[in-house]
Amino acid sequence: MRTMKTTALLLSAALLAPGVAFAQETIKIGVTQPLTGAVAASGNYVANGARVAEEVVNANGGVLGKKIQLIIEDNKSNPKEAVASAEKLIVRDKVPVLMGAWSSTFTLAVMPKLVEYGVPMVVETSSSTKITTSGNPWVFRIAPTSAMEAKSFAEKLDHFQPAIQKADFLAVNNDFGRGSAEEFRKMLQAKGVKIGVTETMAPEATDLSAQLSSIKQSGGDTLFVTTGVEQITLILKQAAELRLPHRVITNGGSSSPDQLIAQAGAAADGGYFTLFFAPWFPEKAVHPTVAKSFVDGWNKKGYDFAGLTEGYRGYDGIMTIVEAIKKAGKAEPQAIRDALWTVKLDGVNGDIAFKKDGPEGKESGQNEANVYVVQVKDGKVTMP
Amino acid sequence: MEAHLQHLLNAVVLGGTYALLGIGLTLIFGIMRVVNFTHGELYTFGAYMAYMLAGMMGLNFFMSLAMAAVLGMALGALIEFTLLRPLKGADIDTTMLVMIGAGIAMQAGEQLVWGGVAKSVPSPFPTEPVVIGSVSVGMNRLFVLGVALLLLGGFYLLINRTKLGVAMRATFQDPDTAALMGVNRGLMYTLTFALGSGLAATAGALLGPIFVVTPTMGDLVALKAFAIVILGGLGNIPGATIGGFVLALAEEFGAGYLSSGYRDAMGFILIIAVLIVRPQGLFAMKERIG
Repeated sequence: MRTMKTTALLLSAALLAPGVAFAQETIKIGVTQPLTGAVAASGNYVANGARVAEEVVNANGGVLGKKIQLIIEDNKSNPKEAVASAEKLIVRDKVPVLMGAWSSTFTLAVMPKLVEYGVPMVVETSSSTKITTSGNPWVFRIAPTSAMEAKSFAEKLDHFQPAIQKADFLAVNNDFGRGSAEEFRKMLQAKGVKIGVTETMAPEATDLSAQLSSIKQSGGDTLFVTTGVEQITLILKQAAELRLPHRVITNGGSSSPDQLIAQAGAAADGGYFTLFFAPWFPEKAVHPTVAKSFVDGWNKKGYDFAGLTEGYRGYDGIMTIVEAIKKAGKAEPQAIRDALWTVKLDGVNGDIAFKKDGPEGKESGQNEANVYVVQVKDGKVTMP
Repeated sequence: MEAHLQHLLNAVVLGGTYALLGIGLTLIFGIMRVVNFTHGELYTFGAYMAYMLAGMMGLNFFMSLAMAAVLGMALGALIEFTLLRPLKGADIDTTMLVMIGAGIAMQAGEQLVWGGVAKSVPSPFPTEPVVIGSVSVGMNRLFVLGVALLLLGGFYLLINRTKLGVAMRATFQDPDTAALMGVNRGLMYTLTFALGSGLAATAGALLGPIFVVTPTMGDLVALKAFAIVILGGLGNIPGATIGGFVLALAEEFGAGYLSSGYRDAMGFILIIAVLIVRPQGLFAMKERIG
């Protein structure tokens, strides 16, 4: 009996040992992204960008003498699943830091868990202003807020010919869409642009002809669209069917124009798209060498070119986390959070550094990000 | 006025596909009495088959549609043969649970094979819309409406005017008597399920090029199909047809004039209202389940 017990103990020790050794060799970083469901295209692009960063970091010797290891979980384009995936990463995988969760709605759902467990999260995509103003000191956002995007856009307003006289809105009915429509409406109003109708759509809606028919009646000349690439594809196709006279401008940076050209064809022509990285013109990035090394790493992996505009988010997000771990000197949640405040990094989007945002004493970190506007002309992306 | 007409036209076009989904499910749920949770997955399957045949293999678009329909029927027959046949005589709860499981497994399978990122099916129709007065509609949508109306008429005649239709109806009304009259019951079960599934796959293949194809595209569609069948009255083909058009009208005008963010809720609010007044549905058969 005793021998059996001893054998069992030895056996389990033998089984556990490699796992323990492995865990000591790597620093884990948790990632939660929508890999399936309504906004899966973007989530996969971001995850691929993170994988490129992982490879680049490890090829250069890792951080603190260890390799980094991404643990990527699917949040299924669903806020409930986003919470479950974050909890799994923190509790089961014991990651000291997270990156996620793409949509503002998913990120807002995850945020209370960060406070509960005391784990910092770098937010790579979500744009809802609420994320950094709600008093959550574990959130650090590298993506621009809708307000920042609207402000950057305002500087480019004069470039539009003919000028924007009256704007209509079509936004996905969640924190991202409603928040962005609100910020752009305020900005345009301040610039003396008339505001027409604001239509919304459910995140999984596919037939948008009712909304577009109402927008057609409003008599506006420009339609601002806020949603992910799947719905933008449908909107462009259906707008062409309904002969919508509007100039279409999408914001939020999740339009992946090359995917639109491939899937919506001629219907994408003439559209304007705000982006936070324009891979067709890496020389126009703030740090062209950083942009180039990201694009090279992406191409080496054989990923789809169309995904670069979103993929950069994952790359910059992981690079930010790695820099914070380096500065912290140890891979522990509290130390990483403190170090995030001191990060100064040349990112694909531009300079990454966090400023305080939100109520005093419980500030979140917010980065000043760059915004680009591109146009599709004759099936090609141009920078007007 | 222009807006009313455009909304009306949108609703009619959408109603055609809803009706197609509705009659497919009314065959299975209404006539066979199987609470079929794989209907939405058959719709997704049809869309992916169209993507595979027309998009990846570059086959002729119309040929691909026909093949997607046949493959959908084959998959339906397989489901009936392997899952439902051994359950014959089991109570409705057991069957329902098996079908829920089958639906989940099929969706997971689609995810595994095709990945979560949306696919787009190439369409042979020009992007230039057909313009009628002040309203316009895409050529591809008109084609879908035409095919839907043809199939609706065809199935009405098949069920009501042919010997096969009589045999099908007889089998589900009184299997023993039907068998005594020389009807091959097993064949009728398989055939009915296959036809209903084929219709769902056809609807998916038709709509694939208009929308985008994703593994979860069938979820909302399945829910709507059930609503249409219940709205029209179980097992009633003209009822399901009208139910499809009514749902499309409610969604389109609700979204156009009330609130677009709650488009999908509009139809279901209407259904609740109808069921309060007429619990048997708009065009009910004399007897009902349970």
